[in-house]
Amino acid sequence: MVFKNTASLNRRGLLKAGAAASASSLILPEVSWAQSESPVKIGNIDPRTGTYAALGENQIRGATMAVDEINKKGGILGRPVQLLVEDSQGLPGPAVSKAQKMVSQDKVDFLMGSVNSAVSASLAQFSSQHNLLYIDTGGHADPITGKNCTWNTFRTCSTTWLETAADFDLLYQKFGKKWFFITPDYAFGHSLHDDYVAQLTKAGGVSLGNALAPLGTTDFSSYLIQARAAKPDVLICLQAGDDLVNVLKQAVQFGMNTQMTIAGAQQELEVLEALPPAARLGWWTFEWYWNQPGVPHLEEFVAAHKAKYNGKVPTARTWFGYASAHAIALAANQAKSLDALKVVRALEGLVLPPEVALQPGKCYYRAEDHQMIANMFPGNVPNGATYPNLFNVAQTVPSGTIAKSPAEAGCKLVYPS
Amino acid sequence: MSASIETKPAAAQGSARMLVAAGIWVLLLLVPLWLPALGGYTDLATRALIYAIAASGLNLVLGYTGGLSFGHAAYFGLGAYGAGLCLIYIAPSLPLAILAGTVLGGIAGILVGPMAMKRKGIYFAMITIAFGQMFYFIAVRWNALTGGEDGLTGFSRVPLHLGGHAIHMGPVRFYYLVLALFAVVMLVLWQILRSPLGHSFVAVRENTTRLRFLGVAVDKQIWVAFAISTFITALAGALNALLTGFASPDNLGWQLSGSFVVICVLGGMRSYWGPFLGAIIFIVAQDYLSSVTQNWMSFIGLIFVLAVLFFPQGLLGFIKGRARS
Amino acid sequence: MYSAFNGLIVGIFYALMALGLSLILGLNGVINFAHGTFMALGGYLAFTIEPYVGFWGSLILAPFGAVVLGLLVERILIRPLYGRDPLFSLLLTFGLAMIMEDLIRTIWGSVGQPFALPNYLNTPLSASLFFLTGYRLVLIAITILVTGALFAVLRYTRIGIRIRAGNADLETISAMGVNIFFLRAANFGIGIFLAGLAGILAAGQLGLSPSIGSSLIMPSFVAIIVGGVGSLIGSVLGGLIIGIASGITAAFFPVAQEVVIYVIMAVVLVLRPRGLLGQEGLFE
Repeated sequence: MVFKNTASLNRRGLLKAGAAASASSLILPEVSWAQSESPVKIGNIDPRTGTYAALGENQIRGATMAVDEINKKGGILGRPVQLLVEDSQGLPGPAVSKAQKMVSQDKVDFLMGSVNSAVSASLAQFSSQHNLLYIDTGGHADPITGKNCTWNTFRTCSTTWLETAADFDLLYQKFGKKWFFITPDYAFGHSLHDDYVAQLTKAGGVSLGNALAPLGTTDFSSYLIQARAAKPDVLICLQAGDDLVNVLKQAVQFGMNTQMTIAGAQQELEVLEALPPAARLGWWTFEWYWNQPGVPHLEEFVAAHKAKYNGKVPTARTWFGYASAHAIALAANQAKSLDALKVVRALEGLVLPPEVALQPGKCYYRAEDHQMIANMFPGNVPNGATYPNLFNVAQTVPSGTIAKSPAEAGCKLVYPS
Repeated sequence: MSASIETKPAAAQGSARMLVAAGIWVLLLLVPLWLPALGGYTDLATRALIYAIAASGLNLVLGYTGGLSFGHAAYFGLGAYGAGLCLIYIAPSLPLAILAGTVLGGIAGILVGPMAMKRKGIYFAMITIAFGQMFYFIAVRWNALTGGEDGLTGFSRVPLHLGGHAIHMGPVRFYYLVLALFAVVMLVLWQILRSPLGHSFVAVRENTTRLRFLGVAVDKQIWVAFAISTFITALAGALNALLTGFASPDNLGWQLSGSFVVICVLGGMRSYWGPFLGAIIFIVAQDYLSSVTQNWMSFIGLIFVLAVLFFPQGLLGFIKGRARS
Repeated sequence: MYSAFNGLIVGIFYALMALGLSLILGLNGVINFAHGTFMALGGYLAFTIEPYVGFWGSLILAPFGAVVLGLLVERILIRPLYGRDPLFSLLLTFGLAMIMEDLIRTIWGSVGQPFALPNYLNTPLSASLFFLTGYRLVLIAITILVTGALFAVLRYTRIGIRIRAGNADLETISAMGVNIFFLRAANFGIGIFLAGLAGILAAGQLGLSPSIGSSLIMPSFVAIIVGGVGSLIGSVLGGLIIGIASGITAAFFPVAQEVVIYVIMAVVLVLRPRGLLGQEGLFE
């Protein structure tokens, strides 16, 4: 359980002395590759404690599986790949401290990770100061591949815009045009809300109101009361993580699911799993799903994951980590170099092979803004859903058909000369 | 209590003490040379020094007046936000940013002081924690100014302009800047502790009632100590913002306050060098543990528990005790 | 009106937490930072045994599970610290909170757990009073019951009278031959029982995650300060006041819904430093 993949973190001298007291309980795992080759190091910074720990852990699992596969196929440039994992706690401060450490002490060649936008933004800023390739695995805020994009940052997960655009048509046509929003009061929530309202207004619908709930709200009843009084067709809950668990649990207690359609943008398997069966409901968008009949290599991937991790199925977060680590290896091998700029050039437009993409169509990092263009999976949670069949994909929407163009997103890449 | 010995840091111990101090300063000056060889990195040393500044500031209240302040992260965080906001909105000047952060945190300390001073002991601890949380929520909720939950980003260490030269602040140069400020802080603390004011702080800790009978305005003494201490901690916060390139709400959280207190206890609250030693141990342990095990929180928690149960006098207190016996 | 009621529900959690904290603060002289994790522990234990003993069974049994651990902690870790600077017990429970949160995460995983309520509690009582779910009424009823029982115990049983006496003057009752070690342990146990109970009740309302207690513990401190240290009724009152204030603020000025708690505290400290019902000069 403890650290399957922080392989060979050998520190010396001072640091060892500092932790000597507890060293006996820290067992260092074995490294499987020949020790003679110096490894290529990928630094993976993800939350393992704090609110986002569950999501972070799945991203780490995905990256671990990818690195195992890469090493079986000959590594990067014939050298073994080593995944170094550090805990960001989901907070930008510790994340940057860890990045400083990985760069100055471990001398990592590439950086990847992050579950939330605040950490992604700080790591993107950090890695551009250090001329390092960084793949943002799971921080969704638009600016990261939009107006704050940088030459060295790529993103595997979707954008906030994509999350709303993916299920908007479905919700609008199926359930009606009067919507009410409960929005988490921070940048991510605001941008989701604005994106939905823009599409709603354009389509001729109307927003009946927007209740701003602070992050970490435990009691949503006052917002739910406002929502109920407005009598909307659709109640959009834009919370994530624990907040989403709380708002759904309480909405169901108030019986609101019988009066309106409860829906939202991004939904995650980890969240649905944490809900009591009665609160598992609503219409949402998944960014990747383990059950897509007919997609090549997917069944083997799910089986391998189940075998390795207690019968659990992989989630979208697992895939983010998996695809990101594979993309780094593919690009470096293609560039025949570890040089950041050369690998960046190889990643631009890189199409994921089917055994990595694990979804239909062409999945690639767009060259102009470094955003992964894959698919979105809008759908609903079936009644009485049990793990792992917690979602029912209504349609598979290629991101390319709904994504903003790089120009619209406001990205202009500037490369080092 | 052997308070009388430590209250006069300079007087009694003489030349052996000077030698140790000189040794520490030489080691600190040479950090960029020997730390990488040991597997460390310069930013780690910078962070340890920043925490040492913050904890030394706190220790003025905690160790010398005996006031149990459990909310000092608030002033650390305000220092960080002050520095960041100054760089973004006022002027891209390093000294100005550091000054702005220090003053912001210090003023908050001056304002909170009188309200917290009304109670002592455990009550004082709870009030300082609660005021810390107030600043935390202000930072989290005032989205437009502070960036809310995401933290304040979009500033970086600007070059230092000295006599027409622009000095770029790489990790090593920034380390020396922090070291210089650490030296200033230690010097100021030294002067305060030797002064009549410093003696009165210790008197507050040792016998408040008697001081009251003597007509000393005890509350005012604690207030002064508290205010000075928040200025110093805020300075550390400003430097931390420059080290990481942003300020975030967790800079103000009570978890960090607890860490500052344990740093003081770990090194030795009654010792001048205690917070410094505690900061090194704590930062290195945290850095190492959180890399090798997912359960690092347990180990850090264990450090708290062990420090309390077995080293209540801190490492320096322990060593001194051994040396004496 | 709705908002005030919602605030009341939140206030109930604050009050239950503050009551336990206040008991422990009073007789044991310890600020129990680990109170929030004992609360989480109660919730997780209930979640684990619920499939076997049902919701009501877990509501009764799980707090005792938390109490067992609480008594061990009191005996092994806290007892050596009695009579020493309160700083040390504060730091100890602070570290303990970190260890316990980590253990909970290791045992039950970082993914939140679905703690399900019986269906009949999970529905609104009527269409017009939809915010009054059966569960919320149960919550209020249990809180009144438990608080009432606690005050009855403190007033009428021998141990309760001793706890109150110890609160006022521990040395004297010790001199009178009362076993204060037993008394402190019992008192700590009662405090933890309240935390465990609050944890289960909260798990029915909120998501059960390892950090469920951390958002409730700070307001509980404020509840004690506002209500007045040393007054158990004050703690309950303080909890309800800040809960309702926060609920009302959430409806009209949501940005300030947390800050308002601390503003109230500051106002109380300026106007009436010992708190609404606090005694002068206690714990100083």
